[in-house]
Amino acid sequence: MALEKKIRELKEKREKMLLGGGEEAIVKQKAMGKNTARERIMAILDAGTFNEYDMFVEHDARDFGMDKKNLPSDGVVIGTGTVHGNPVAIFAQDFTVAGGSLGLMHSRKITKIMDHALKMRIPLIGINDSGGARIQEGVNSLAGYGEIFFRNTISSGVIPQISVILGPCAGGAVYSPALTDFVFVVDNISKMFITGPEVIKTVLGEEISMEALGGARVHCETSGNAHFFSSSEEECFSQIKRLISFIPRNNEMKAAVAETLPPEAGYDIEKIVPGDPTLPYDVREVIRAVADSSDFFEIQEMYARNMVIGFGRLGGRTVGFVANQPLEMAGVLDVDSSDKAARFIRYCDAFSIPLVTLVDLPGYLPGVDQEHAGVIRHGAKVLYAYSEATVPKLTVILRKAYGGGYIAMSSRHLRADFVFAWPTAEIAVMGPEGAANIIFRKEITSAANPDEMRRQKVDEYREKFANPYVAASRGYVDAVIEPSETRRLLLHGLEVSENKDVQMPWKKHGIPPF
Amino acid sequence: MEKKNTDRLIIDHTTYSTRLSRRFTSRKPYEPPVPGRIQSFIPGTVVEVLVKTGDAVKEGDDIVILDAMKMKNRLKSHIDGKVMAVNVSPGDRVTKGAVLVEIA
Repeated sequence: MALEKKIRELKEKREKMLLGGGEEAIVKQKAMGKNTARERIMAILDAGTFNEYDMFVEHDARDFGMDKKNLPSDGVVIGTGTVHGNPVAIFAQDFTVAGGSLGLMHSRKITKIMDHALKMRIPLIGINDSGGARIQEGVNSLAGYGEIFFRNTISSGVIPQISVILGPCAGGAVYSPALTDFVFVVDNISKMFITGPEVIKTVLGEEISMEALGGARVHCETSGNAHFFSSSEEECFSQIKRLISFIPRNNEMKAAVAETLPPEAGYDIEKIVPGDPTLPYDVREVIRAVADSSDFFEIQEMYARNMVIGFGRLGGRTVGFVANQPLEMAGVLDVDSSDKAARFIRYCDAFSIPLVTLVDLPGYLPGVDQEHAGVIRHGAKVLYAYSEATVPKLTVILRKAYGGGYIAMSSRHLRADFVFAWPTAEIAVMGPEGAANIIFRKEITSAANPDEMRRQKVDEYREKFANPYVAASRGYVDAVIEPSETRRLLLHGLEVSENKDVQMPWKKHGIPPF
Repeated sequence: MEKKNTDRLIIDHTTYSTRLSRRFTSRKPYEPPVPGRIQSFIPGTVVEVLVKTGDAVKEGDDIVILDAMKMKNRLKSHIDGKVMAVNVSPGDRVTKGAVLVEIA
């Protein structure tokens, strides 16, 4: 009898906690198109796998009337569960409880689950929906953020860390997502900024809406702070689950190997890339033409579109694709595309995911704005990331690979393991027009018909250098291949590289140009 | 596919058919600095204009006091010369790069 009573008491206590900030607050949350913290967790995790901890944690703040305030679960839900059978640690801030504000105990719950994730070497998923620091708790609240940032950094490259922004995430709070691997945002729901519209108006006199300042679209298109855009929370959750299916649990494991499935029949690889190197095409079609099931999971689709990055599978193994996109800005390297590629390369290297690089670029983007924005320093990140990466590196030069761009895009010189080139490849210092204009300047300007002479010299140069055979003759390219052989050779290259072992000189850490 | 592919980008004398990004098309053309121009280096509010048209000024003279980020910034002349135009008055809110006073 006594036991039954105690169990009933427990159930009642739990029921109360599960209501979070209460029915009224939940109605408000729903009206904004938002799910509650626990609903979000359940939607991401496999059904029935969520186990919640620290449900009865309470704050002990006494000032500003806080002693009379009861905050269920202190405004954050933590626990563990599985996604597609993979164990994960998860936390979700509960906006219905004091606006999800972060106080000391709230932060201790988060750091507890973070410590757990690191110790167990399992991915961490953090759902952010918070008005910011709990001001009544003063410096304790700041300490809480600091403890979170520290753990984000220590866990970086050891376990995957995923941030999901499902509400406001402002001020210092934004630095936790910024330190994690992937940031998911939802249109009209996510808001991220260091200083909000009001402060900006007061201090600088500039007027801007929250959405235009730090909405989902801005962070996906302009700032590059977010990696995955979606129109609803449901779409966002399925993206998260898809991501988890590609990546390993930690840096000492490899991603699960799926069944090898051929690309879909609809992709004719020989019909995608025009022979003329000045004509555009969508490089994602080439990726789909070689990837298992033609399945490509693109990352940062809306940001720096001249560079395409994302996950796919080859022979069932996860690979990271990095590709120049001739469809956008002719596929040039610039400040943003360099940042985008370099970070992804380092992610793949940290988590033992082989890199497959598809090359077709005219070089770096010229311009005062690029130079002044530091394209030297940003462009160097690509060189750094590729050189430092010790995962298998497979490169396919589809068409043009000119100048510094050729070197940067996982060339032999940065220790690519296999470099294949299509017969359409042009590996040269620059395109024929540019080169002829420099090499034959005298002949051209002094000719009776300069235009005719220029055309002749351009053709001469093209004939001699705009091909893969000069590079192949020096061994910089391992094989010139037919496009239809690409998948077979990539699969083979991965198989051969399975036990790749490279010893790097001891160092505490490098000093990448970031 | 999305949109057209008809934009052109020239790199090393070669013209590529491609799409231009918004960042590229909206970039501001470079303008060399004009030493006589007193410009706001940050958005803010003009507190005080210390000169009027026709005044002779020396390099290093304070020209405008601009309130920005809770600081009263003294904008100084880079050259010796004469004030040709005063484009703002106290209380005006100015954007970054606005030309406040012109000296020649």
